[in-house]
Amino acid sequence: MYDYVAGKLDWLAAGGPIEGTDAATPRAGDVARGDVPTCGLDERLGEVQERTRPAGFDACVVVNQERVVLGLLRAKELDGDPASRIEAAMRPGPSTFRPHVRIQEMAHHMVDHDLENSPITTSDGRLVGLLRRDDALRVAHGRHQAEGDAT
Amino acid sequence: MPREIDREGVRRLVDQGAQLVEVLPAHEYEEEHLPGAVNLPLRRLEEQAADVLDRTRAVVVYCWDSA
Repeated sequence: MYDYVAGKLDWLAAGGPIEGTDAATPRAGDVARGDVPTCGLDERLGEVQERTRPAGFDACVVVNQERVVLGLLRAKELDGDPASRIEAAMRPGPSTFRPHVRIQEMAHHMVDHDLENSPITTSDGRLVGLLRRDDALRVAHGRHQAEGDAT
Repeated sequence: MPREIDREGVRRLVDQGAQLVEVLPAHEYEEEHLPGAVNLPLRRLEEQAADVLDRTRAVVVYCWDSA
């Protein structure tokens, strides 16, 4: 007999597949944009500016080679001096969330804490995607309406 | 004593045919569980394991977390 000591929480936090009555509930990892631009610490802000907004994003996630999140460039950091290094320009150690968090919970949290974007990571810090508040609110609202229609 | 394994160990054993057993209460299992897992809440584990599980295959048990 084997004991998976880290348990269901670890499985969910890693974005593992699940079954059950709540399996279809939208989660942060389902809504997060996996195509969010990323950059490394050694790049210059100008290079990142050139590829971030044209891709439709106003944020870029700073990652290492293993895609572990190191920092975040939000809109105001992206507007900085193009010559500055990412390491100096970024907001280090942003709050991250796990993929299994229900989207309604995420939407409330992002509104309450005025977060435009939240990186979604596995439990070992690897980037899953960037959850945008507008996306979270849109999906949570749709979910809320669907639940209302069902009652 | 059960041998402790991590997430990758679970995947590997399941690929090899291991049985997954969630020992949390039934309502928690019904909401969400690992693919293919069966539910044997802790208080029923001993009395029902022989009826539910295949003795010839490895068994992986899990609960919510390590706490």
